[in-house]
Amino acid sequence: MIGVAIKMLMGDTGKYVGMIVGITFAALIMTQQPAILIGLLSRTYSLISDASYPDLWVMDPKVQAVDDVKPLQDTKLLRVRGIEGIRYAVPLYKGMLRARTPDGNFQNCSVIGLDDATLIGGPGNMVAGKLEDLRRADAVIIDVDGANKYLAQKLPDGTRVPLKVGDTLEINDKRAVLVGIARTTPTFGSLPLIYTTYKRTLAFAPQERLKLSFILAGLKPGVEAAPVIASINQYTGLTAYTAEQFKKVSVQYTIDNSGIVVSFGIVVMLGFIVGAATSGQVFYNFTQDNIKQFAALKAMGTSNGMLVKMVLAQAALVGISGWGIGIGLVSLLGLSIGPNGDFPFMMPWQVVALSGSGIVLIVIFAALLSIRKVVTLEPGVVFK
Amino acid sequence: MSQPVVICRGVKKQFGNGGGAVQALRGIDVEINQGELFMLVGPSGCGKTTLISVIAGIINQTEGECRVLGESVSGMSSGDKAKFRARNLGFVFQAFNLLPALTAAENVALPLFILGESKKAAVTKAYDLLAQVGLKDRGKSLPAELSGGQQQRVAIARALIHEPKIIVCDEPTSAIDHVTGANVLEMMRTLSKDHGTTLIIVTHDNRIFPYADRMGEMDDGHIMAIHTPETTQGRHYA
Ligand SMILES: Nc1ncnc2c1ncn2[C@@H]1O[C@H](COP(=O)(O)OP(=O)(O)OP(=O)(O)O)[C@@H](O)[C@H]1O
Ligand SMILES: [Mg+2]
Repeated sequence: MIGVAIKMLMGDTGKYVGMIVGITFAALIMTQQPAILIGLLSRTYSLISDASYPDLWVMDPKVQAVDDVKPLQDTKLLRVRGIEGIRYAVPLYKGMLRARTPDGNFQNCSVIGLDDATLIGGPGNMVAGKLEDLRRADAVIIDVDGANKYLAQKLPDGTRVPLKVGDTLEINDKRAVLVGIARTTPTFGSLPLIYTTYKRTLAFAPQERLKLSFILAGLKPGVEAAPVIASINQYTGLTAYTAEQFKKVSVQYTIDNSGIVVSFGIVVMLGFIVGAATSGQVFYNFTQDNIKQFAALKAMGTSNGMLVKMVLAQAALVGISGWGIGIGLVSLLGLSIGPNGDFPFMMPWQVVALSGSGIVLIVIFAALLSIRKVVTLEPGVVFK
Repeated sequence: MSQPVVICRGVKKQFGNGGGAVQALRGIDVEINQGELFMLVGPSGCGKTTLISVIAGIINQTEGECRVLGESVSGMSSGDKAKFRARNLGFVFQAFNLLPALTAAENVALPLFILGESKKAAVTKAYDLLAQVGLKDRGKSLPAELSGGQQQRVAIARALIHEPKIIVCDEPTSAIDHVTGANVLEMMRTLSKDHGTTLIIVTHDNRIFPYADRMGEMDDGHIMAIHTPETTQGRHYA
């Protein structure tokens, strides 16, 4: 009888396609929007992702996110080094400076100053040059987008000449030489990213009194993070997070301060409601239009239980097809833009599960209306 | 005479309550015997459909008793009623007979699907029945590809496939022309005699009256008279 139900459904091609389109639409919105949201949120901690080396990020207790820098006194570095269980502690500068491109334009840049000796916190994925080249005079490393777009030389006819290793530019009127290009995780604000050494940032930004934004610390082998974090807090008054904790804190900060989740949530809800309304409506119409068939089946002795199963099978088929197509389309979209494209996109299994549950709800909602109709149906109508 | 398969005693049926109440059956006493072709005739609204619905266990009477195959169907749970219908009754409806998305063979096999038989066995048997109604090679056709008379023959095959004790038909010939109607009746009569099936047929169509073994003439919720072939020839009830 399930086979009969499926044939009934497929026999009504118009409605069948209509329902699948409705579900596909809902699945598309409910998958793609959260994927973009997660992609965007992950950009709030790009710096933490790219600097995978340190175990702990130490900062002023008032810092709420990696983009929310509250400078520290240099003496704090020594005090963190003195904590039991710490193997190393190095400085990191994070700030914004103005760079002047070869064609004379100014562009705000995110500047990261790495510990001169270790270069800890530097980018892991170099496209050109080597991280060690930062030790050369006036050396800087720029991210791919910065080199190709934001800081590239614009010719009068509009074409851009990407920066390449060996090119020079000015940062705060100081000469800087490009020694490498790094592929980095795109950031939330899409500013070009310049890596240099900590000492050189003193020269680039002499007017800033305090340069120490974060202290990156490593743990001795076999030492747990939690007690060390507690000691850092106790002896220096600073806050420390593991990289994972700091990512969460940073994402939470964006969520709390931007309303981004609410706006995406509204779109997802709209997708859900529109999908539920349209498919529910069409599905109910389908049942309604075929009510004589259901009545005939009922008169011929089909039990209510079997009729319910038939309706559920019809709804499930529509749901699975629509959801599958929706997820497929979103995945194609994801593949076509790649993991680090300009377009933020991340589709962990939770997103797939979320849209799946949404579709299950829609299907149940649609089926319930029809089930009620079929169960209360008087088989006597077959004689009318 | 064989023993009765349907015994109705004082069956009354009222639709609705208060001022809008309709008294569709006003005290029906009738016995229908095993293997006979029993026709119900009478003017529109006299209660014919209501009576066969009560007999088939599709609606409950308000008063009186109706025993079908020795059982009082109105007292059963809706699940048991469905099972009782699936096992013991065949149906030929006036319209909306066949499921348009199913092939002729699948439509014929439906009662076996409902009884839970495997698809393969059911469809094989459906082809046997289609052969008996002369549609052996139309098994794969959809209802829309068949003429009205062919569709009704498919419906007859479907009503017979699970070898029910009783087949109820409401206006089985009203959607087809009279010649085809006569052929359909001829076929039903022959097949039911072969299978020993009791046929209860509601009709307005006086051209098929001669096929009846007995005929109940209804008016205003009563059975006014029961006729035998000798008394029905040439009469017009519709
Ligand atoms: N579900 C119902 N609710 C209310 N009244 C009904 C219902 N079914 C039938 N009736 C009424 O009961 C009476 C008998 O109806 P029924 O359908 O049994 O007549 P019928 O003899 O089959 O008529 P026809 O020849 O037109 O098919 C009619 O007055 C009809 O309006
Ligand atoms: Mg009627």
